[in-house]
Amino acid sequence: MIDIAIVWAFIIAFAVFVYVVMDGFDLGLGMLFPLFPKKEDRDVMMNTVAPVWDGNETWLVLGGGGLMAAFPLAYAVLMPALYTPIIIMLLGLVFRGVAFEFRWRTTRERNLWDIAFAGGSLLATLSQGIALGAILQGVTVSGRHYGGGWWDWLTPFSVLTGLALVAGYGLLGATWLILKTEGELRERAYGLSWWLLFAMLGAIGAVSLATPFLDAEYARRWFAWPNVLFSAPVPIAVAAVTILLLRALAAKQDFRPFFLSLALFALSYAGLGISMWPYIVPRSITIWQAAAPDSSLVFMSYGFAVLVPVILGYTAWAYYVFRGKVQAGAGYH
Amino acid sequence: MAMFEGWDAVVLARAQFAFTMSFHIIFPAFSIGLASYLAVLEALWLWTGREVFINLFNYWLKIFAIAFGMGVVSGIVMSYQFGTNWSAFSDKTGPIIGPLMAYEVLTAFFLEAGFLGVMLFGLERVGHKLHFFATLMVAIGTLFSAFWILSANSWMQTPTGYAINEAGQFIAADWWKVIFNPSFPYRLVHMVLAAYLTTALVVGAVGAWHLMKNSHLPGPRVMFSMAMWMATLVAPLQILAGDQHGLNTLEHQPAKLMAMEGHYQSHPDGAPLILFGLPNQKEARVDYAVEVPKLGSLILKHNPNAPLAGLDTIPRENWPPVPVTFWSFRIMVGIGFLMLGLGLLSLIMRWRGQLYQSRFMHVFALAMGPSGFIAVLAGWVTTETGRQPFTVFGLLRTSDSVSPLAAPAVASSLIAFGIVYFMVYLAGAIYLMRLMASPPHHGEEGPRGDVPARAAGITPASGVAAHGLQS
Repeated sequence: MIDIAIVWAFIIAFAVFVYVVMDGFDLGLGMLFPLFPKKEDRDVMMNTVAPVWDGNETWLVLGGGGLMAAFPLAYAVLMPALYTPIIIMLLGLVFRGVAFEFRWRTTRERNLWDIAFAGGSLLATLSQGIALGAILQGVTVSGRHYGGGWWDWLTPFSVLTGLALVAGYGLLGATWLILKTEGELRERAYGLSWWLLFAMLGAIGAVSLATPFLDAEYARRWFAWPNVLFSAPVPIAVAAVTILLLRALAAKQDFRPFFLSLALFALSYAGLGISMWPYIVPRSITIWQAAAPDSSLVFMSYGFAVLVPVILGYTAWAYYVFRGKVQAGAGYH
Repeated sequence: MAMFEGWDAVVLARAQFAFTMSFHIIFPAFSIGLASYLAVLEALWLWTGREVFINLFNYWLKIFAIAFGMGVVSGIVMSYQFGTNWSAFSDKTGPIIGPLMAYEVLTAFFLEAGFLGVMLFGLERVGHKLHFFATLMVAIGTLFSAFWILSANSWMQTPTGYAINEAGQFIAADWWKVIFNPSFPYRLVHMVLAAYLTTALVVGAVGAWHLMKNSHLPGPRVMFSMAMWMATLVAPLQILAGDQHGLNTLEHQPAKLMAMEGHYQSHPDGAPLILFGLPNQKEARVDYAVEVPKLGSLILKHNPNAPLAGLDTIPRENWPPVPVTFWSFRIMVGIGFLMLGLGLLSLIMRWRGQLYQSRFMHVFALAMGPSGFIAVLAGWVTTETGRQPFTVFGLLRTSDSVSPLAAPAVASSLIAFGIVYFMVYLAGAIYLMRLMASPPHHGEEGPRGDVPARAAGITPASGVAAHGLQS
């Protein structure tokens, strides 16, 4: 008998990961905007994501909506716990989302919308990372409600995870630019990728070192025998991917760095999964306690099984239509 | 936070939801209609090959891109607001509302967003047939979205097909009854027609504006004529649909209908229709009422002497706030009849061959441009305020739905939303107006207007030839 709560835990984790994969480079590229002051460069940068950003962001809606549908108790506890970072993320996404259209409709205020694009991307990324740290460090639950205070989310650890995500999305953005641009823009993206990779590795290291100190259970999870058999491959794989990525950057293989950066994200994500399992609100609410009744989960499973392959299909098609390098001045005409 | 002194967290959370929702709904209302209009324009272009249709398509596509983007970002806010401000509601109704919204994301949001890029920027890359397919998918996506979200809202108004589990959550006993709950078909028809009318009035106003300056421009003539046909045909249908929706409300949410009508008292032998007046919630009467005797019963019961119950039959703690419901309903209905008038006038002008010349016609159409948005907002205020003091009608009170929030936290986020939306939506409105202020012209470009467009693609024939040359 399949445990449908576990299936849905993986589905929500999948949706969140697809969101990170797809919107990560959009947001990263937005944060890199201030480092590319020329209008032509910015036009190209924006045009590399303009046809797909909307679909990318939809995974965030699926993550939020799906969490409410499949684990309503977790949604009801986590959202008030993360009240401030979530609101800031939403406002950040408003600014960067409208900038996609607004900056093409004006010359006088273009700089203003470039700032909105970069600032909105930074705010959204920072608050997503902070939210992640705030979940990992645990939230106070009383009954079926959030029971903590309004600033519980803000700790040195959550700030660290916030900065880690900024570095990580930045790396995704820079390697995406390597993939999608040419000439001087691509060269600069290579230069930035080195710095961002080191920043991200430092951040992965710092978060990994800090996590076991949050709770003894995390330490047991990672270092006690025989768990270490499952957890040890993760840091080993991180090291291997890092070596491949360094070589790809040195050899200037345009295609590889972006996908290897995604592999780093996947490994970090697997590490998070090892830490959190089987809780959805760490050490307070398990996935089974939070799961919606079977009638809801089964009803959604049909739709998910049929629709998600179709969605992935036409999303891939859209990426295929806009494949290849984006040239300056060409836009998408 | 001095401006919110004395407001409790529930009132602030409601204010925030009303504010963010109102800013959001005007964009879907516009983009549902505009996506369908774009599909019609592209179909006409492919079918007839007339340049005016592709010019109009590209003209409205630029406007669509902005409106759609603003709808997306304000919509993401909504999907998280359930959790941030209404966490108790989310916990209790998540097993029912959640899957409906998940289906909206899976069937609608992905479809719209996935094909939007191709629709906006892909005409030259994928060829005309695939591009038209992308436009159709975006249009269908907007309608799917309306289907699911209106089903979810209607379930909150007229809940059926549910059971309650030991944790106090609503769970689905019969999904068919949950989705097709009693008020859903009426609300869906009423809202989709509203979206089409809203868009038609905007298109008509833009056409009228340009016709006032030059009545010979082909683009404005075509869009004005199409928009006025839409008003002529859909406004009466909408009034009919609204009437049926009202009868459905009488059956399933009588308190809301009493509030809309201002019927504090029961009328055992025929209720009047109160046209205007000042509802006085404290004294439970309508001051200075202007009323037509027996007409209320005639409309609602099709019998002038039929008895009609008033709010005095309902416990006072379950009363919706009558003044807001009463007035927002009148605003909506009043605008509806103005739309009917516009449609009829355009028919007469068309008959006399003065559709493109009559200045009065154009001024009227221009003035009616924003009226669809006002009517949509007024309609939603009527139905949502009329559901109070419940979130799930009769079952879950609004005061039991809210997050365990401290008032200052909600007040701060409300102020932040207010400032950000004011800046962003003001800029958006200016850019939209700027686009609308110049008429569609020969060789109209797509959404990346500052990039020189290729000459190809003006007519299907030359577009196909150019496409062939490229590939």
